[in-house]
Amino acid sequence: MNPTTPAEPVARPIQFYFRGGVRHVAGVSPTRTVLQYLREDLHQCGTKEGCAEGDCGACTVVVGELVDDALQLRAMNACIQFLPTLDGKALFTVEDLAGQGPTNLHPVQQAMVDCHGSQCGFCTPGFVMSLWAMYENATSCPPRQEVADVLSGNLCRCTGYRPIFDAARAAYQQPRVEMDRAAVIDALRNMRAAPALAYESHGQRFWAPRDLDTLGRLRAEHPQATLLAGSTDVGLWVTKQLRELPDILYTGAVDALRHIHIDDDWLDIGAAASLTDAFAVMTSEEPMWAELARRFASPPVRNAGTLGGNVANGSPIGDSMPGLIALGARVVLQREAVRRDMPLEDFYLAYRRTALQEGEFVAAVRIPRRPRDDARLFRIWKVSKRADQDIAAVCGAFALTVRGGIVEDARIAFGGMAATPCRALRAERALEGLPWSQVAVRNAQAALAEDFAPLSDMRASAAYRRTVAANLLERLWLSTQGGDAVLRVEELADA
Amino acid sequence: MNHPQPIVFQAAAQPETLAVVGHARPHESAALHVTGSAVYTDDMPELAGTLHAALVLAEVAHGSVRRIDVDALRAQPGVVDVMTGADVPGHNECSPVHAHDEPIFADKVQFYGQPLSAVVATSHDLARRAARRAKVEYDKQPALLSVYDALAADSHLLPTVEVARGNAQAAIAAAPHRLAGEVYLGGQEHFYLEGQVSYAVPGEGDSMHVYCSTQHPTEMQHLVADALGWQAHQVQITCRRMGGGFGGKESQSQHTACVAALLAWKTGKPVRMRLDRDDDMSITGKRHDFDIRYEVGFADDGLILGIKFELASRCGYSADLSGPVNDRAIFHCDNAYYLDAVAIRSLRMKTHTVSNTAFRGFGGPQGTFAIESVIEDIARRLGADPLAVRRRNLYGDSAGDVRTTTPYGMKVEDNVLAPLIDQLAADSDYAARRDRIAAFNAANPIVKRGISLTPVKFGISFTATLFNQAGALVHVYNDGTVLVSQGGTEMGQGLYTKVRQIVAEVFGLPFDAVRMSATDTTRVPNTSATAASSGTDLNGMAARAAALEIRERLAQFAAGLHGVDAASVTFADGRVHVAGTDQPFAALVMEAYRSRIKLWEAGFYKTPKIHYDPTTMQGRPFFYFAYGAAVSEVAIDTLTGQTRVLRVDVLHDVGRSINPALDIGQIEGGFVQGMGWLTTEELWWRDDGKLMTHAPSTYKIPAASDCPEVFNVKLFDNANIEDSIHKSKAVGEPPLMLPFSVFFAIRAAAAAAIPADAPLRLDAPATPEAILRAIAAGRGTPMEDAT
Repeated sequence: MNPTTPAEPVARPIQFYFRGGVRHVAGVSPTRTVLQYLREDLHQCGTKEGCAEGDCGACTVVVGELVDDALQLRAMNACIQFLPTLDGKALFTVEDLAGQGPTNLHPVQQAMVDCHGSQCGFCTPGFVMSLWAMYENATSCPPRQEVADVLSGNLCRCTGYRPIFDAARAAYQQPRVEMDRAAVIDALRNMRAAPALAYESHGQRFWAPRDLDTLGRLRAEHPQATLLAGSTDVGLWVTKQLRELPDILYTGAVDALRHIHIDDDWLDIGAAASLTDAFAVMTSEEPMWAELARRFASPPVRNAGTLGGNVANGSPIGDSMPGLIALGARVVLQREAVRRDMPLEDFYLAYRRTALQEGEFVAAVRIPRRPRDDARLFRIWKVSKRADQDIAAVCGAFALTVRGGIVEDARIAFGGMAATPCRALRAERALEGLPWSQVAVRNAQAALAEDFAPLSDMRASAAYRRTVAANLLERLWLSTQGGDAVLRVEELADA
Repeated sequence: MNHPQPIVFQAAAQPETLAVVGHARPHESAALHVTGSAVYTDDMPELAGTLHAALVLAEVAHGSVRRIDVDALRAQPGVVDVMTGADVPGHNECSPVHAHDEPIFADKVQFYGQPLSAVVATSHDLARRAARRAKVEYDKQPALLSVYDALAADSHLLPTVEVARGNAQAAIAAAPHRLAGEVYLGGQEHFYLEGQVSYAVPGEGDSMHVYCSTQHPTEMQHLVADALGWQAHQVQITCRRMGGGFGGKESQSQHTACVAALLAWKTGKPVRMRLDRDDDMSITGKRHDFDIRYEVGFADDGLILGIKFELASRCGYSADLSGPVNDRAIFHCDNAYYLDAVAIRSLRMKTHTVSNTAFRGFGGPQGTFAIESVIEDIARRLGADPLAVRRRNLYGDSAGDVRTTTPYGMKVEDNVLAPLIDQLAADSDYAARRDRIAAFNAANPIVKRGISLTPVKFGISFTATLFNQAGALVHVYNDGTVLVSQGGTEMGQGLYTKVRQIVAEVFGLPFDAVRMSATDTTRVPNTSATAASSGTDLNGMAARAAALEIRERLAQFAAGLHGVDAASVTFADGRVHVAGTDQPFAALVMEAYRSRIKLWEAGFYKTPKIHYDPTTMQGRPFFYFAYGAAVSEVAIDTLTGQTRVLRVDVLHDVGRSINPALDIGQIEGGFVQGMGWLTTEELWWRDDGKLMTHAPSTYKIPAASDCPEVFNVKLFDNANIEDSIHKSKAVGEPPLMLPFSVFFAIRAAAAAAIPADAPLRLDAPATPEAILRAIAAGRGTPMEDAT
């Protein structure tokens, strides 16, 4: 937690813990993915490529990091992580597991065999690694819903998943086998002694500063550099769009940017805090985030991706922004040592265009603390074709302050309805100052039709988006009315 | 903790005398899968000098290529060579049915994404980058994209096929009730986790060895030979395993196989070609989507008196397997029901889209969907429980001759659906739950629930009779171990596991004493595709025949040593028992070897009884039928259209199971795959013909949370009445239709949200949008599309 003194990144090889020792890598393009490195350079082919975009999980590996001097193990998608982002970390792949247990197989692997959890076997190493991360992080088997979440980034086309759920449970019924963490922790500690990373190969440069001042300075010096955080979008620029990225400025090693600070008025979430960490804090503050957090991409993507990246990316269908805008979040921008902030909705100028100026970067997202009185109503609903790990057709967020039956303040924001995430200002005005009533809701629904002119695409038609946006207002109204009627399919117990 | 109960495998499915067959055991490669040490084609170590190929793809849906700037392609970093259609030494052609309508490299573009050229470079990445930068000029022409475009333009790929019995029109006209309807059933991407991949290694004296992830090595052998202008014996195809196939690697492995081989020939170097997921999904065929129209006449109790179907499918630009796929749709639009007066018209439409192909079920599911939709409409019109209408229309008891003949003239001799449905309805508490759901729906305006029981009857055999043959080669090495080669391919379904069980059983050996070799055209020739659910039926029989011959030889030899009858020699527990003594199998084998007894044998099998005349579509195309049924309960949200599957019960007939664990795996996996097809998996093309759902980010197959939390799957106690391998039944495809119960439960829930007499049309897939559209239309407030 000590503030890091400014330190210029030093040219040196990438180093990370792998297969029981520290590996030093040079001469590899900084945009080489971890998966390409494993499969093509090391011929370690247990980890598979299924999609090269972080959506199928066949490439799942586990990345270890020192957090407060403990080893944190998290599943990630090797297919979209650039190799230098591993610097100072530990990499575990499916080949690391065998031999740890009493038999040749780790309990997670043995359970997958015993429960018939593999058919074609191609997705299996990825499942094994997701399950192994869960196994190392939880000493008893989590409930089924949590297992489903752990596995939401791993697609299987053969089994229908039932035997994999069984395997998750069965792994815990065998004698527990835990990784010996001491050697890994030692190696990670030792690697911290190395200076911040500057890496160059194939005419491409990669800087991983560890302090904010240096990041600010490098950003000002290299405004052309691609700012890289979790790599969950930029990774696809390389694997899918085949773009060349000559210079990369990585925010993930800047401790100050990974920090989440909470004071009386704000949650201040550093731009490089992972979505996993950010949502944990946001959910403890405002439980309505829980479902959105769970349905936001998948654990490997949330472990790598950052809230700052989701916000800075400015996609019209980014999951976090409608809720953040509804809550009155502000985005903090920094150029060298100078900071400014603005309401998040003002950050978005047009499709994929933001208020970021040259040399500037997103430093933090600030969310107002929950009001102490309970007059504020907050809801976020994401609507997508598939419940888990899908991109929203429509995402609606509502923050209403209702006192004495009167709507004092309404902030309504949508994703999927316009070229940017944005507020439904007409609908807000149709509610504000009036009694919270069905009539007001009808008026707001009519106003909503004026607020947005959504597009048709592969996720949904414009007509569907308009209908659902209005229906979410209906649901908001119904959710405040009590009664026994079931309002969402998630509320139903199994038949 | 709310975990489902573990599956209890029924141990009584096979006679207790069997030691290996009939027992649940893990997939033979399971330990390799979980450790990442199972080798897939792209995992093979590269030979020195290996190059990598990538395709240049068309960026228009219809037109002709005016120019490809080959010199510019050649100048890209890392590029070693470039190939276009003009460079193909043999035939620039890879139609699996020799229709001469599928160029390897096209100059007349017939779909967006069609391969035009290939580059070969020093790395996979450089090859992709070079191919992406290709400069191609086109003369564009207007394109027909949807089946509706093709119908409007009268654009047919293949001749229309009609099958009729009785006078359907007259029967409909005379019926007390009449209905007409239309429904659209979308296509489906296979989404095998391992994309298409081939690795071609040139050999001496004009020969080529291609390692290929394919369900059809023999076809790849012929296509590669044809492309090179060679003969079959110059080309060897090897496939140890695929990372999923589902029909998508039956003919669709052709491009990677041919292109890798052509470039290996041209450069003299080994060439690997694997398709990036987006390219894979853009250039390989999918399940045919169908527009289904029908007219039906029926009695007060729902009995169908006359029915007419018009099934129009989108075949895409080339014949591929569209003929037999659509034939199988015809063969299955009776599903479980006797159709007395029936007229089926099958239209095979040509569009400027990727050529649709085999996919688990092979047209059968589309035909089945057609009749099940009619059943639902009849029940809705009558206000009846759809299950009652289903029961009323089932084929008659096979013991009798009443209502037992299919529209294609085959007698249904093994019908078990009436008892199967009764057992499932009772086990799943169908009737009481249906009542509870009605009460729930009356009290809940927003969330609606629905339940449905749907049966499946699926014909087993290739409809093209000639493909129903198989070969195998069994080696007993003189240390007593066994190696089996056979013509079927392993795509995860467990064929190798079952064949090992079958051969181990013959020799009385433990499972581990038998090993499988990779499927290879040099070991077993002239194989059929591993398709039509027939892998174990055909190849298991062939392997067993070879093993039995060797065992008989060993028995004769042992009997001779002891002066007893060969029939008295038994093989069990790894030992050979003869004349009151026993010895290890390996010891007898070594003695036999020393006595110059032949210890290897080829086996062959052809399915008996089947025949049919493709010109009249009459005969017995199927050896037998597999049966099953499922009950699903769902809830839908009428504000968003989002759904949740609350419970699924399945009872399925696999005959006497060879491996209950694998069979249940096929049933559950097929169920979830079919459920995805009918719910979340939507293919969406842009106006210019580009498929926009070309990756898992946009094409949504079921995820873990979509697996029903309550998912009870049982095997129906039955034995195949035909002499199939150990009296088992094929299981690959039939379960894909079980989740029709999910679709029709969704439809029932949507019905609860609209007036009882309102029109209800729910197209598949039942995405949230499709559900809201159906409800909005039923309420008389259709969702308006922007103009």
